Formats: sequence, C-alpha cells, structure tokens
Amino acid sequence: MASTNTGDSRPLSPHLQVWKFHATMLASIMHRMTGVGLYVGSVLLAAWIVSAATGPEAYEAVLGVMLHPVGQVFLFLWTLAVTYHFANGIRHLLWDGPKVGFSPKVASAWSVFNFVFAIAASAGIWALAYYA
Amino acid sequence: MNSSYRTPLARARGLGSAKEGVGHFIQQRVTAIALVILVPWFVVSAALAVPAGYDGAVEWMAKPWNAIALILLAAAAFFHMRLGMQVVIEDYIHKHGMKQALLILNAFVAISLFAATAMSVLKVWIGS
Repeated sequence: MASTNTGDSRPLSPHLQVWKFHATMLASIMHRMTGVGLYVGSVLLAAWIVSAATGPEAYEAVLGVMLHPVGQVFLFLWTLAVTYHFANGIRHLLWDGPKVGFSPKVASAWSVFNFVFAIAASAGIWALAYYA
Repeated sequence: MNSSYRTPLARARGLGSAKEGVGHFIQQRVTAIALVILVPWFVVSAALAVPAGYDGAVEWMAKPWNAIALILLAAAAFFHMRLGMQVVIEDYIHKHGMKQALLILNAFVAISLFAATAMSVLKVWIGS
C-alpha cells in the first residue's frame, strides 16, 4: 500500500481486499449498520408517541405490535442497536475531541468492550421493563 | 497534515472538496453530545412507563420535564439521524438524480417524524 510515487505524500485509498479482519473494523461497520437500523426503528418509536396522543385504541394497536413476539424481537434488536451505537458513539466523540484511544491495542479492546456493553445494557433495560 | 495542495483562496473559503465546510461534521457531533444525555434518560424512563399502559404513558408524557426532554430528544435524534443517513446515501448512491431524490426523501422523513412526535407530545401535555 506504500506510495510508489516518491515525493507524493498524499494518502492512498486503501484496497478493501488487503484489509485483515479486526475488531475495530467490525465496530466501525456495526456503527453504520446500527445507525441505519435505528433510522428504521425510529418510525416505530414515533408511532408509539403519536398513538399516545391519538387515543387508547391507537395506543393499544401500537402496543399490540410491540408486544407481539416478532415485535419483541425487533424491539430487543433496537435496544441492542441503541446501546451499541451509544457506546461506540461516545468513543467517536472521544476520538474526535480529546483524540484518545487510537493505538491498535486500545482501539481493539474498546471495540470488544462496546459489544459487551451493548449486550449487558440491553439485558439491564429489559430486566427493568419486565421486573420494575 | 500537509495542506500545500490547497490554494490560498480555497483555504480562506474553508469549504473543502465537498463544498460545504465542516458544518455537517460539527452538527453531527453536537447532536451526538445532546443524545449522550437524552438517550439514557429516555430508554430507562420509557422502559418504566411502558408497562403502565395507556394511562401510565399519557401521565408520563404529560409531565412538563418529560415533555420538554421528549421534544429535545426528538429534535436531536431526528436531526442526527438525517445527517447520518445523508452520509450513507452520499457514500453508496452515485447516480446524481437518484442521490438528490434520496437526500430530499431523507429530509422529508426526518422533518415529518419530528413534526409528528413534537405535536403529539404537545397535544398530550396541553390536553392533560
């Protein structure tokens, strides 16, 4: 990937084929994927708020979709997407602001942490909704 | 970074190759900071309000602080969402007409969702 054009210091675009798989790469891909997922999921969330303003029947209808097993699976995936995008988003803010955590070791460990955080936080939120 | 490839005029304009400067970048991050505060509140608060049924949800939404936070959340989230989807569209859609159409659709979806949710929160709040 090194520049063969001596004297030209402009960065080269990396070839996708030569990239070895690593955690930070997966974290980056998942950040975008969860972002698009949250875009779609926000429609359900907006429907929930609009239905509360419309009346009890509309609210029960939206809740029926959310409480249906398929709805519950999507809602849990939505929770995973929120918690993951949240944790990884904070990392992006720290990358952009104070510029910390760029070394490969820290970046990899942080990526793994974000995945673990998403699973643990999602479990916690659902426990709260079911048992609180 | 070596910025010698840019002309003095380009540097003074500060708009870069995308012709829009750093406005998008800054807005994406400022809405992100707002969401770092608002999202944990919403997720925990909503998880506790949902099991209480319609009356519980309306009662929760009608509390002034909840109504304010919900409208702020809707503003930050739908703005952030629009900016994020804009980048995805610009990255993957290269046909000019299709790209423009999707960017307009993206704006309409985000702004419509904001209008619908903000009005709904106001209606519940004023109606209670």
